[in-house]
Amino acid sequence: MLVKVQINGEKHEADVEPRLLLVHLIRDVFRLTGTHIGCDTTHCGACTVLLDGRPVKSCTVFGIQAHNREIMTVEGLEQDGKLHPLQEGFMEEHGLQCGYCTPGMLMTSYAFLRKHPRSTEDEIRQAISGNLCRCTGYVNIVKAIQYAAAKLQNGGA
Amino acid sequence: MALRTSPAIGGMGHSVKRKEDPRFIRGKGTYVDDVQLPGMLYLDIVRTPFAHAKITKIDSSKALGVPGVLTVITGQDLAKYNLHWMPTLMSDTQMVLPVEKVMYQAQEVAAVLATSRYAAADGVDAVHVEYEPLPVVIDPRKALEPGAPVLRTDKKDKKDNHIWHWEWGDRAATDRAFREAEVTVKQDIYIPRIHVASIETCGCVAQFDKVNGKLTVWMTTQAPHAIRTVFALVAGHVGLAEHKIRIISPDIGGGFGGKVPVYPGYVIAVAASVLTGKPVKWIEDRMENLQADSFARDYHITAELAARKDGKLTALRIKTIADHGYTDAAANPSKFPAGLFHICTGSYDLQAAHVEVDGVYTNKPPGGIAYRCSFRVTEAVHTIERVADLMAHQLGMDAAEFRLKNFIKPDQFPYKSALGWEYDSGDYAAALRKAMDKIGYAELRREQAERRRRGELMGIGISSFTEIVGAGPSKHFDILGLKMFDSCEIRIHPTGKAIARFGTKSQGQGHETTYAQILAEELGIPVADIQVEEGDTDTAPYGLGTYASRSTPVAGAAAALAARKIRDKARKLAAHLLEAAEEDLVWEPGKFSVKGAPNQFKTIQEIAFAAYTNHPQGMEAGLEAVSYYDPPNLTYPFGSYICVVDIDKGTGEVKIRRFVAVDDCGNIINPMIVEGQIHGGLTMGFAPALMEEISYDELGNIQGGSFIDYLLPTAVETPKWETDKTCTPSPHHPLGAKGVGESATVGAPAAIANAVVDALWHLGVRHVDIPITPAKVWKLLREHGVAE
Ligand code: FES
Ligand code: FES
Repeated sequence: MLVKVQINGEKHEADVEPRLLLVHLIRDVFRLTGTHIGCDTTHCGACTVLLDGRPVKSCTVFGIQAHNREIMTVEGLEQDGKLHPLQEGFMEEHGLQCGYCTPGMLMTSYAFLRKHPRSTEDEIRQAISGNLCRCTGYVNIVKAIQYAAAKLQNGGA
Repeated sequence: MALRTSPAIGGMGHSVKRKEDPRFIRGKGTYVDDVQLPGMLYLDIVRTPFAHAKITKIDSSKALGVPGVLTVITGQDLAKYNLHWMPTLMSDTQMVLPVEKVMYQAQEVAAVLATSRYAAADGVDAVHVEYEPLPVVIDPRKALEPGAPVLRTDKKDKKDNHIWHWEWGDRAATDRAFREAEVTVKQDIYIPRIHVASIETCGCVAQFDKVNGKLTVWMTTQAPHAIRTVFALVAGHVGLAEHKIRIISPDIGGGFGGKVPVYPGYVIAVAASVLTGKPVKWIEDRMENLQADSFARDYHITAELAARKDGKLTALRIKTIADHGYTDAAANPSKFPAGLFHICTGSYDLQAAHVEVDGVYTNKPPGGIAYRCSFRVTEAVHTIERVADLMAHQLGMDAAEFRLKNFIKPDQFPYKSALGWEYDSGDYAAALRKAMDKIGYAELRREQAERRRRGELMGIGISSFTEIVGAGPSKHFDILGLKMFDSCEIRIHPTGKAIARFGTKSQGQGHETTYAQILAEELGIPVADIQVEEGDTDTAPYGLGTYASRSTPVAGAAAALAARKIRDKARKLAAHLLEAAEEDLVWEPGKFSVKGAPNQFKTIQEIAFAAYTNHPQGMEAGLEAVSYYDPPNLTYPFGSYICVVDIDKGTGEVKIRRFVAVDDCGNIINPMIVEGQIHGGLTMGFAPALMEEISYDELGNIQGGSFIDYLLPTAVETPKWETDKTCTPSPHHPLGAKGVGESATVGAPAAIANAVVDALWHLGVRHVDIPITPAKVWKLLREHGVAE
């Protein structure tokens, strides 16, 4: 089946099996490998991307369900060579170690901050509870998101 | 430690932002599954639903008809090349693919090679295997009973399931101390089977180039060089020689010990590539990862402690049954069958100790890795810290006071333990006192008494652990005979920029940054001007890899020593450039100047340029050095953790109200990274204490083979860690560093378990095995008459 999508503002199309998962479409067909796979059960969140602005676990969506829709992946966060405040925050606050969960964390928190620009630490922890990180102990991930929230409120990006 | 370099240089002690992060936050890392080669085939694996069964038939005919499927590989196919079995690190043997029977649920039975992931999976579904179930042995204690089915029927002389007996210490002196003891405590402790579950699973891309006879394998491995040697030794007979094998360990999404072993999938993928001449990718899924990759722990322990009435400890005695699954494939240094478990005397000064361990075969996956600890230290720490607490309670002493009384004292270092270890340095009381101050210990004890009067359940638990890292000194440590040194090779380019390569391999620990900081400290070249590379056996010097927190203690030392060699040559060059005598030059990071004439100096960059353009007659050009560092001893980081829990009487839930961790890892290279390692380690200590467990039913069916039921902590349940530090440099490490990556995992579970028992002690509870799930606590509360 032909699937046409817009990923990070760029048009992509491919002829794929109806059962092809969105995560494989993004990674293996369109070769955007920033989105990762960590489980098969929608638990780890490593594969999180935005579909029409809403975060989805792309291992649980078929590629063809994204037909004619807009996808945003981690590769789309940086704009005109400028890092998104979240990306900056993760670096500044040491919010990543192996970096494998990071793209999913970034996409989940990107969607979260857009809806909830002001939130408490506990709300942030809730928001990322669908994303597992095995390395960082979460403390610095939360700080990274708070860093971005503060920066966004001060008009950054 | 005072800073010796400016932030612009960024040597030791600076919280330099990580050099690896810019690619990760943009999604530009390269993990194994990101590697895609032209013409690449995909491998997927057929696994058995039975824990123990004869294979009576494998029918591939239907699978071969599936579009995209090229071939199905069975044990019989590999047997032709004698590759159906492989040796384990502990000199046992492990199946790559079975020819006769399967030994645990989810064991590899056959492999399907196809043109796409999905076709390979279809092929797996279409392979028909017939089994004849055999009696299953799951409990290692039952496995030792006379009459238990003998599992390793492939070993002709094997008449039981006992693998080895190992013991250490002075049995007679220990028994005597127990006979004479005024107080003793004894406790059975089970430390369950758990899984590292790094978010990236394991996998590889194997590419055999028939024309050049060269094999390149991108793989998720923590020890690329050792893997290359093992491949060459095992597959030498089919023509794979070490110089024709290149292992590339690209970015790795967490390892924690789980990416040390060689899994059958890797071997099958390599064999498939050699056979077809095409690149072959094998990436396991999460269920395969949890069900078939190496486990950790699984120790059934009986521990006894003896003391005088005044609280002074005298002796420790431990007996353990270690469940090794169907083969002894533990990832340990060869001479330590039970890993470093005999560090079990911990932080305490004991006259006598004796420890025994028996390894046992059962119908479970092989392996035995350390889950972020150096070879069974977590088990050792958990044991001693649990029984130390029992003893304190038994004596009616405060748990902190009891520890302070029994700690090895600062003036006893270097300290030789009753089990033969030589501890390098430490001040255990300082760490505990700092943790007590930070958490407000005395006040918490008052609060606890108050709450107890009101019928509330609150507990305070301490764990004062001693880690043992930096494996290891070649006089004691080897893996399959390979001595456990590590290495660094530095090349300074003419313009004063550098490239440094290492035998280790980061899986998220931030080596690119820390190693660059060590070199910046030693050479004064800014961190930004140093490129650090690891994980490619064609370019990096030989080293034993990254596990057991050995990178800073071993390769970090190699970096310092290689840099010092460069500095020695740089001094000669500077003397030549400044027309001064070598002894008249003084070094400060980044330049040599003439004693008494600070304006006369040459920077390291000027010296580097001269090494290629203006070196003295008779001196070799270039500025390079390599160091293979063999540590004189292990290093002994330590810490004291205090945990406060509240227990919900209605649900049995244990809530961690506060957790204070004071760590001492000697001199710190990057405080930000060290703190991050501690946060991560604490979370991986918290998880097995309260959630993680891989268990089996009587038939060997795994309970918890996916993230649906193998619970990992999310940001919601993970406590808000409070960390602090003391600093006791290692006297024998060139940088005074000790290593920290695993301390927190090792130390945390006991603090949590001790807090829970402390909360329930007055009810008569003496011990709770981890994981301390709400169901377990709820049951205990009901048994002890607490109902709500
Ligand atoms: S890979 Fe999609 S949630 Fe884990
Ligand atoms: S940084 Fe490794 S899993 Fe999150």
